[in-house]
Order: sequence, then C-alpha cells, then structure tokens
Amino acid sequence: MVKVDGTNNKDALIRVRDLDKKYHRGSEVIDVLQGLNLDVSVGDFVAFMGPSGSGKTTLLNLLGGLDVPSDGTITVAGEQINRMSGRVLSAWRARHVGFVFQMYNLIPVLTAFQNVELPLLLTKLSKSDRRRHVETALSIVGLSDRMQHYPRQLSGGQEQRVAIARAIVADPTFLLCDEPTGDLDRKSADEIMDLLVRLIGEHRKTILMVTHDPRAAERAQSVLHLEKGALVEAHR
Amino acid sequence: MAIPLTYNLRSVSNRWVSSIVAVVGIAGAVGVFIAMMSLANGFRAALVTAGSDRNATVLRGGATAELESAIALEQARLVGDTAGVARNGEGQPMISPEIVVVTALPKKDTGTDANVQMRGVTEMAPKVHDRFRIVAGRYFKPGIAELVVGRNANHTVRGMEIGARPRFGGQDWEVVGIFESGGSAFDSEIWLDGNLLAEAFQRPIGLYQSITARLESPSSFQVFKDALTSNPALTLQTEPETVYYARQSEALSTMIQTLGSMVAVVMGIGAIFGALNTMYSAVSARSREIATLRALGFGQGSVVVSFVVESLLISLVGGLLGCLAALPVNGMAVSTLNFQTFSHMAFAFQVSGPILLFGIGFALLMGLFGGIFPALRAARLPIATALREL
Ligand SMILES: Nc1ncnc2c1ncn2[C@@H]1O[C@H](COP(=O)(O)OP(=O)(O)O)[C@@H](O)[C@H]1O
Ligand SMILES: [Mg+2]
Repeated sequence: MVKVDGTNNKDALIRVRDLDKKYHRGSEVIDVLQGLNLDVSVGDFVAFMGPSGSGKTTLLNLLGGLDVPSDGTITVAGEQINRMSGRVLSAWRARHVGFVFQMYNLIPVLTAFQNVELPLLLTKLSKSDRRRHVETALSIVGLSDRMQHYPRQLSGGQEQRVAIARAIVADPTFLLCDEPTGDLDRKSADEIMDLLVRLIGEHRKTILMVTHDPRAAERAQSVLHLEKGALVEAHR
Repeated sequence: MAIPLTYNLRSVSNRWVSSIVAVVGIAGAVGVFIAMMSLANGFRAALVTAGSDRNATVLRGGATAELESAIALEQARLVGDTAGVARNGEGQPMISPEIVVVTALPKKDTGTDANVQMRGVTEMAPKVHDRFRIVAGRYFKPGIAELVVGRNANHTVRGMEIGARPRFGGQDWEVVGIFESGGSAFDSEIWLDGNLLAEAFQRPIGLYQSITARLESPSSFQVFKDALTSNPALTLQTEPETVYYARQSEALSTMIQTLGSMVAVVMGIGAIFGALNTMYSAVSARSREIATLRALGFGQGSVVVSFVVESLLISLVGGLLGCLAALPVNGMAVSTLNFQTFSHMAFAFQVSGPILLFGIGFALLMGLFGGIFPALRAARLPIATALREL
C-alpha cells in the first residue's frame, strides 16, 4: 500500500520521512524536495509524475542511494540508508536496488550477457550459477537469442529489456526506473510496460517508476505527483 | 569480484587512437632506456672479457691503472719467479711485461685524430692472453718494426691494413697481422715489440707499466698474491685480471648508465604526461559508464583498480614495443673514448634479458603514475551528476 502523508505504515518496505534535498549552485540554493513523505509496500508498483525539473530523478537517486539527502530519513527494509558511508552504500545498492535508466546505460563494449552478468560479479555465485541466472533473466525479458549481441547491435526497446534483465538478475529488493520508456516508440514502450507489469504480477517485484507518459503511468497501481517538493496522490 | 578485465581490454581497443599517445611515449622512453643500458653493458663486457681468470695483473703499489704504474726490469724478473706462476714447455715463466703508449692517429671515416692505445709486448703476450688469435697475417718478429693490429683498430684507424706502412714515433712501421681477442678492449689496440716502442717514444728501456702473469690455475691466485706481497724486494700489488678490467670499466659504464637513466627519466616524465592525458580523457569519455558501474554497486576501490589496470595494460604494450624497437641495436658496434686510458675503443651494444625486464618494469612504473590520478578521479565522480551526462 502506498501512502504519502507520513502516517505510520507498519508493513512499509520503503519509508521516507521529511525528506529535503537542496542543491547549491554558486550562492543560489535550489530546494528541490521539501518535507517529502512516502511509504511503499512489497509488491507495489508506483509511478511518479511531474513537470520537468520538479525533482523526480532527484527523488529516485536518493531512494537508490546514489545521492544523499540534505535532511530527513530513508528506511528500506529496516535499514536507514541516509546514514550509510559510501562504501556501505555501494554494497547496499548491489544487494537491494535494480536501476533502469531512460538511456539504458548498457556498457557498450560488453555483450548483452556480460552486461546482465555485471551485478552478479558482486555476489559469491559461481560462474555456472551466474550463467544460469543471466540466462533466466534474459529469457524473462525475451532476449535469449541476443545474448552475444553488443548494445549497438540491438534496438532501443531491446537495449532497455537487457537493462531490465540486468536490474532484476541479482533479485534486488526493489526496482527504480527513471523514464524507462522515455526514449522509445509507442510499440516498444508498451512492450516494456507489459514486462514491468509482468514482473509485479508473476515475480512479485516492487517497482518505483518515473514517467512523463500518462499511458505508462496508467499501468502502475498508484500514481503520485511531485508538486512543490512533495508527493500528492493523483485523482483518477 | 572486480570489474571484468574484458571491460578494459575492449575499451582500450575501441579507443586505441587515444591510447597511441601513451603507447608511443612509453615505447620511446623504454627504447632509449634499453639502448643506453645495453651500451653500458656492452662496454663493461668488452673490458671484462679482456681478462682471464687464470691471469693476474701486477701494477706498482698504489697505482689504479696501467698509465699510472711503473715496474722495473729486475722486479719483472722477480715476479716471474714468484710462486703460482705457470711455466711454458721450456720452463720459462709465463709473464707478459707490457708498456702502454697512447698516440694520436687519423680515423678512417673522418680523418680526424683519435687516441689509439699501443701495447708494447714480448712473444709471451699471446700465450698469456689466451683469447688472442691472429686472424690474418702473422705475429710481429721481435726486434723488428712490425705491428699487429686489433680488429677494431683495423676498422677504425686509417692505414692499418696488412702491408701498410704507418709512420709514428719518428719511424716507419709495417702492419703484418690482424688479431682478435674475443671482442675485448684489446681489439682496439695495436701491439708491437715492447723495446722498440719504448725507444720510439723515448721511454726508458726495461721499465714496464704492467705485468700480466699466467697462473698455474685460477685457484693459484691467493698463493701468488701472498708470495708477491710478502717479498720485501717488491713494491707491487696484484689483482685478478678480470677484476682489474671490471674496475677499469666502472667509471664509464656508470657514467653511461647515469646519463642513460637521466635521459630515460626525462622521457619517462613526458611519457607519464602522455599516459595521464590518455587516461584522463578515457575517464571523462566514460564517466557515465563509470557512474553506471557504481550504481550497480561496484565500489570506489574496484574503479581505481580497473583504471590502474587499464593504464598498466597500455604501458605494457608501450614497454613491449619499446623492447622491440631497441632490439636491433643489439650487436651494433660503437666506439668511444675510454676515459681511464684516454684511448679510443670499440665495442657493441649488448641487450640482455634483465635489461629488457627492467625496461618492462620501467614501462609499468610509468603506467602506474599515469593511471593512478585519473583512476582516483574516476572513483570520486559524483554518481548522480555523472549519470546525467550524455
Ligand atoms: N547536481 C545538481 N546541481 C544543481 N542543481 C541540480 C542538480 N541536479 C538537479 N538539479 C536541479 O534540480 C531540479 C530537479 O532536477 P531533476 O531531479 O533532474 O528533475 P526531473 O527529473 O523531475 O526533471 C532541477 O531544477 C535541476 O536543474
Ligand atoms: Mg529526470
């Protein structure tokens, strides 16, 4: 169940309280997030919407431990990540977060297989176990026949599916998707959304997704708007 | 587990043009380094092989080189009677009293004068210096104004072919033979009758500069030395011939090495800047990839290791190319002034396994310096900012 009012939610997987994020640009201070609250439970599929520059990427970066808040707390599965050192946070990301970016961010010199294998190199899995996991992840996204292809040999939609395979291969606690369909045509975008919905339904993943696209947002269970640095529930 | 090596290998080969700066710089520094070390090595080898471990060099007490030494005829006789000295079939002691004179003779290529070392010897000299071989003509006859010319001197000094009649020391001489002594310093000398040499250059007859004594065996040296130094009639000192020549080569080979190291260090600093440039541009071109790897959970340490390894890979290629480029100098002949004897001598570059390994080590050191700072920058990239870059 998703809540944004900061009231206690005992079974929340992700709990954000009074989150502030300020950027300093010279003497100017930009208050991007101000007193933001959020509770997300296991199995939720949340879409964040809002105008460009409203802080959606900033919020995902904070939730994923890529950046640190100016104030407030972020608790994931009982652990407060806003207090972690850089080293601990790296290990935490490897264990808990799967990222999907608008520009896919595959490593161009590695094959689809090698890209998907990357997160597993941070686990203790043997080579044969890694191979099995990579093959499973690529078959979930329907790219078993493209394992030895390089990113430049794939279409945008296929690249994003490889990126999703990479995000789920180590079975993270939750997925963060920043405009995953932002660079795709209608058809590919729909395929990506089908895939995300299937991950929720069949694999009980938890997904937080930023999107501009109302058609994509529609597929989520709840849609939240980022307004004046805080989240509000959309009326639909 | 670390960021896979494949990532670096493929990234480098994808961006090989930008790696060329680093590779060429490192190859150049390594090539020069190897050439200079081979030069010093070849010089040392030329002087050291002049010596035999069955020979002992005898000089006046306190002298460090032949040119500073003087030994009278009576003393030379006593040296021959000293314990440990080998005797030939006729029971004569195998000692070679020698006079050294340095004179200026025109070089074949430029016609300018070069100092050439003349060695006045007896018939015993070729038997004591056991690497001595006549390769053309014959040995000089005692008491006659004839010369045998070392192979290098034959190549570099004008008018030293067999049958030629060079003039020096106020008289005419005739070249009757060409000799070789295993690529040693002797090959740059001219040998002739000791008494005639002394006469021609107004030296006192019967005053030698050094005596080389053939020993019964290499292990006889200690016996010989003890007997020689305990004889109150002699004020001489001795050391194994090999040690004597090694010492003679020290100053120049150290100088070549020092000079070579300095040149290599200067070029190395340039090469490090090239490597820094290559690696910094690799980091900035790949900052979004680095941020992605960090987002996936690779730590700062993995990133540092990955980029240092990449720099080491590049420098290894540069090092190997530098070795390849320097290999052709192996065996190439050069000639120089030996500062201890102030005479001209020829020798060859001598590349060796340890020198090549040193070259590779030098390359890796440059790679390390050129890689560490860019690697640290890569590790410190703020992830969120770098991810926004296109
Ligand atoms: N590193 C930064 N330094 C300064 N300002 C930043 C930085 N990152 C983002 N911003 C600013 O914060 C605001 C929110 O950015 P962002 O989270 O990317 O918005 P969105 O993803 O909703 O488009 C923007 O005004 C942006 O210019
Ligand atoms: Mg954004």
